[in-house]
Amino acid sequence: MSKAAELLQEKFPEEVVEVTEFRGETTITVKPGRIVDICKTLRDTPETSFKYLSMVAGLDYLPQSPRFGVVYNLYSHRNHNRVTLKTLLADDNSPAIDSVVPVWSTANWHEREAYDMMGIRFKGHPDLRRILMPADWVGHPQRKDYPLRGK
Amino acid sequence: MNSRETLQRTETMLLNLGPSHPSTHGVLRVLLELDGELILRADPDIGYLHRGIEKMCEYRTYHRCMPLMNRLDYLAGEVNLFGFCLAMEKLLGIEVPKRAQYVRVMLAELTRIASHLFWLGTHGHDLGAMTPLFYAFREREKIMDLCEMVSGARMFPLYFRIGGLAADLPEGFIQAAWDFVKTFPEKHKDYHALLTKNQIWIERTKGVGVMSPEEVLDWGWSGPMARGSGVNWDLRRDNPYSSYEEFDFVVPLGKNGDTYDRYLVRMEEMLQANRIVRQALEKLADTEPGDIKAKDPRVSLPKKDAVYNDIAGLINHFKIIQEGIVPPKGEVYQCIEAPKGEMGFYIVSDGTPQPFRLKIRGPSFINLSAMDKLARGRLLADAIALIGTMDIVLADVDR
Repeated sequence: MSKAAELLQEKFPEEVVEVTEFRGETTITVKPGRIVDICKTLRDTPETSFKYLSMVAGLDYLPQSPRFGVVYNLYSHRNHNRVTLKTLLADDNSPAIDSVVPVWSTANWHEREAYDMMGIRFKGHPDLRRILMPADWVGHPQRKDYPLRGK
Repeated sequence: MNSRETLQRTETMLLNLGPSHPSTHGVLRVLLELDGELILRADPDIGYLHRGIEKMCEYRTYHRCMPLMNRLDYLAGEVNLFGFCLAMEKLLGIEVPKRAQYVRVMLAELTRIASHLFWLGTHGHDLGAMTPLFYAFREREKIMDLCEMVSGARMFPLYFRIGGLAADLPEGFIQAAWDFVKTFPEKHKDYHALLTKNQIWIERTKGVGVMSPEEVLDWGWSGPMARGSGVNWDLRRDNPYSSYEEFDFVVPLGKNGDTYDRYLVRMEEMLQANRIVRQALEKLADTEPGDIKAKDPRVSLPKKDAVYNDIAGLINHFKIIQEGIVPPKGEVYQCIEAPKGEMGFYIVSDGTPQPFRLKIRGPSFINLSAMDKLARGRLLADAIALIGTMDIVLADVDR
């Protein structure tokens, strides 16, 4: 098992839901509640030192419930490895999770994009506006119930 | 209000840079709050080129996603497709033949040179140096010709396939590539002569847009943007793919993390890319011509003989054409060292012929997000240098 998964299971036994390995990649599914603490631990522990956030992606699993998810891909320049953090959000109608901008500044635009495209709210985000769509746009285009061509 | 108060009253001014300004490389609007010539705040407004590629892919077979991938960072079209194909091969668990790997590396590096040449020309042009544009485009044209040889298209070759290549290299390609590789270092000296010791160039770029290595990681910069600040990281070396571990190249690093150092890093990267192309050409000589596609029935069409004479071959052909490539259930993230930084593809497959979710991590999008941090407290003219040094392509920013 990867170092990151061991670390999280030791420090956040309540939060880790599942650890999977697929094609040499480790995906750790965690509960959304303490995501900022989890990210800070992964960043600041010397053995893992995931100081770089590669991407944040919103996911829509319609018609499943919980419907929305957020995926974080982290990279460590020290060990040259990656880990994927995945979390499913409890509320299907107004999905929300704490922002990780305090951990990595780069999360700012990633989270704005996830908000714009999926309608996931990032609590504590310094500037949560639409980024790709016009400011007065109605709806979130990458949700699965949003049609591909207009209404 | 008496005249004295009028004089003392200071108001900031809002200036729209773009959306159609020659230095914004596409349709970028930067909202600048200015105090005189000083930038107080820079807010890039993006999305003018948003085509919804991620959404469109969810309605297409994997094969039909590929032309869209070419159109992400259109100055390095084939490199994006390279990343997508690698992600798919990882998802499918496919090993690509060596010959195809070397050809991919060769084209990726040629594209890197072309992309950097475009950056050099436009970056110079933005800052008032007209000549580098003509010199850089002279060599870029040769690379375009090479792309045209393999596929007929210059900007969007669409030559890579999931599992290998569309076809083997055409006759005369190897010779044409050698001609380019041998002459390029000599041409490269011209670019240095134009800019590297040019006093105006140094004044405009030194100390502009400084990022420390810690800030680089915090802001998620990758590629030449990170290496300009001395972050010793190159995905080709540290997480090799497509046999990059067999190639010998140096990863150039900057010291000060300013626009000038990033210029030097990209300049050296062109020479290193040229070295890699040279090695790829040498390695190609030892491989079997025609061995360009993985022998996996899920991605490769059977031989015509089998289609006409064998029921299994016919079914195989029919399924790939009608249904498309069907990867197993699962999710992968694969990234490559694109000319502009880390180009990543996160594919979630639900076991159907279309991706359930495809997230594209474009380097331009991330590099641009630090615009406000870089521009604050600088002069208006520096904003042009900053957009140039980020080497953004708006098609990659907006996707």
